[in-house]
Amino acid sequence: MTDIGYVRSDLVDARPAPNRTSGPIAWARKNLFANPTDTLLTALGVLFLLWILPPLFGWTIFNAVGPNGTVEECRMENAGACWAYISSEMEFFIYGFYDIPEQWRPNIVFALGALLLTPLLIPKAPFKRTNAVLFFLVYPIVSYFLLAGGVFGLRYIPTEKWGGLLVTLIISVIGITLSFPIGIMLALGRQSSLPIIKTVCVCFIELIRSVPLITILFMASIMLPLFMPQGTTVDKFLRAIVGVTLFTSAYMAEVVRGGLQAIPRGQYEAAAALGLGYWQRMGFIILPQALKHVIPGIVNSAIALFKDTSLVYIVGMKDLLEAVKTKNDTALEWQSANTATTGYLFAAMVFWVFCFGMSRYSIYMENRLNTGYKR
Amino acid sequence: MTTLDTAPQSAPRASFFNDPVIRGIIYQIVVAAVLIAFIVWIVGNTAANLAAQNKTTGFDFLWKTAGFDISFSLLPWSRGSYYWEAFLVGLLNTLLVAFIGIVFATILGFTIGIARLSSNFIVSSIATVYIEVIRNIPLLLQLFFWYFAVLKAMPAVRQSLELPYGSFINQRGIFVPRPMPDEQFGFVWIALAVAVAAVFLLRHWARKRLEATGQRFPVFLTSLVLLIGITAIGWLVSGASVAFDPPVLERFNFRGGLALPPEFVALAFGLTIYTASFIAETVRAGIQSVNHGQTEAAQSLGLKDNDRLRLVIVPQAMRVIIPPLTSQYLNLTKNSSLGAAIGYPELVNVFAGTSLNQTGRAIECIAITMLVYLVLSLATSALMNWYNGRVRLVER
Repeated sequence: MTDIGYVRSDLVDARPAPNRTSGPIAWARKNLFANPTDTLLTALGVLFLLWILPPLFGWTIFNAVGPNGTVEECRMENAGACWAYISSEMEFFIYGFYDIPEQWRPNIVFALGALLLTPLLIPKAPFKRTNAVLFFLVYPIVSYFLLAGGVFGLRYIPTEKWGGLLVTLIISVIGITLSFPIGIMLALGRQSSLPIIKTVCVCFIELIRSVPLITILFMASIMLPLFMPQGTTVDKFLRAIVGVTLFTSAYMAEVVRGGLQAIPRGQYEAAAALGLGYWQRMGFIILPQALKHVIPGIVNSAIALFKDTSLVYIVGMKDLLEAVKTKNDTALEWQSANTATTGYLFAAMVFWVFCFGMSRYSIYMENRLNTGYKR
Repeated sequence: MTTLDTAPQSAPRASFFNDPVIRGIIYQIVVAAVLIAFIVWIVGNTAANLAAQNKTTGFDFLWKTAGFDISFSLLPWSRGSYYWEAFLVGLLNTLLVAFIGIVFATILGFTIGIARLSSNFIVSSIATVYIEVIRNIPLLLQLFFWYFAVLKAMPAVRQSLELPYGSFINQRGIFVPRPMPDEQFGFVWIALAVAVAAVFLLRHWARKRLEATGQRFPVFLTSLVLLIGITAIGWLVSGASVAFDPPVLERFNFRGGLALPPEFVALAFGLTIYTASFIAETVRAGIQSVNHGQTEAAQSLGLKDNDRLRLVIVPQAMRVIIPPLTSQYLNLTKNSSLGAAIGYPELVNVFAGTSLNQTGRAIECIAITMLVYLVLSLATSALMNWYNGRVRLVER
């Protein structure tokens, strides 16, 4: 066998290892430096963060005056956020002008609300129906009598004195609780085959949705007294709730309508073929499916309502934002260059925590209820 | 022997009360009666209340002199102006801030929405943080922040901060040089109009040629050259020039220049930032709604990246993006009414606020204000229905 031209006599060098596909280096290569443009974007992004983060952290944390600081420290040159202002005015931000010796009453309301709401939000917790009845029906009534007083020897505290986070939370809870069923009714009415009912619902929904909330609150505050019989006065708090509820229920109705339209015709027909009446068809077959589809929309409406409660200053209620603004403008003993900014930052953080929490919970529920479409 | 009775039978009659048709009619009569009774009750109460307060109704107040000041107006305004002029001033201010907000929110929103989908971790993280922070804070709070904590905290007039290009910022707002085009500048506008017309003709011709021969023409680049070129030639040939009238600090305030009041800046800025976060989410959802198979199909057809985006992805994404985008525009316009809270003289502030308080015509003022928003919103939704009909997927 001599005519073989060439036979390799030594081993081939091992090839270089392939690029890593896992681990931090591979991750950086894929997500930060995939190509020249990407590298440039990363560099710009890092520069942006370097530009914005140090002053931000410096102002809110490192140079800030802690909760036990004094106003002199807040007034110093280079001082950051004045958290001492927040901690000293915290009572006003939470309760408004609510009488200080009576503040245990809102505290009980808060605690009761948390106690009832938590098991309602945990899917595995038992007694859902009882829990819901307690939270949506019994709790508001109990809370009202507890907060307003005038019965069982509790001192009467008019709603004008309620304020701060208390008002923000009450208006949003009542608004969401009321606007949800009203919204469902309006959506069903809009789908109805009865022309008068349909027209009424369509007109209501479209009218409310096309005007800003501020004009509806103006209307509630200026025109509601005109609409009532002479001599009756409408409580400011009630005006705010009426305005916010009307507004949100129109948006809820459109969200629910989206869900109703997403249900295939066959479901309506099958329900009718079973011989169920209208309310049974809707209650047992259509709505459970439709509402499941539109959970994100419902939560979005709830978040929007929560944010919109900041507008109730128009009817003269002092909600959280208005309480912060009032203190910013009037608390002369806390006057400094950073006071107002700190106050608004605090309010923003409170609103953010609630809204972000709601949106995360809706994503969680959406995944949980997404039974039919799992891949 | 049994016989089958095959004669057609009418449907079994339900009892009178269980007949769905009759029931429907009864329900509707009840609803209508309750509604009418409610309206009659309200109208009666209102009439009684108004009579008790010795108030008159009617729209005659629109032709009375207003007698109050408006801090920012596009139309000539004086204390002697009429209420209908106040209405126009408010409406124009609303439309101005809405227009500016829409333009900037669209640019910012599309940028952030696309950044959110970027494969670059840092870029997409920044976009996500922006969206999640801004969306979850009430707009009114953001407006208060920009107005009271940022713009009103600026130094007094004497200590104005100097910005580039001879602009200044202080408590009273932002002062920028006012461009003063001379008489010849009209020719530049004419040249621009000619350029735009030329671009349209070019596009039409390129399309015709593409359909006839399949040959492509670099329309975009040529259009750009045409636009810039013709306008520049018009500028140079006519000898037009733009002088700038800079703001000059005098004893108590700036003279000359263009003053942007802090209310306007805060409102436009706040609306832009807030709405951009919603637009960004809309854009992201729209782009993600285009199935990845579309990208692959376009690639396997041999389309270049550019064409793939322009001809396949963007048109499908836009179909999903445009309707919610329009409703965001509408929301922005409605949200501009929050300007009332920081003293920007827009419709609600001027008309449902000051005018209402001065005249006491609550029903008329609020009705007119609501009607304006109603018309805006109905017009937008009509436009949307027309657009949806145009871009709807045509199925078999």
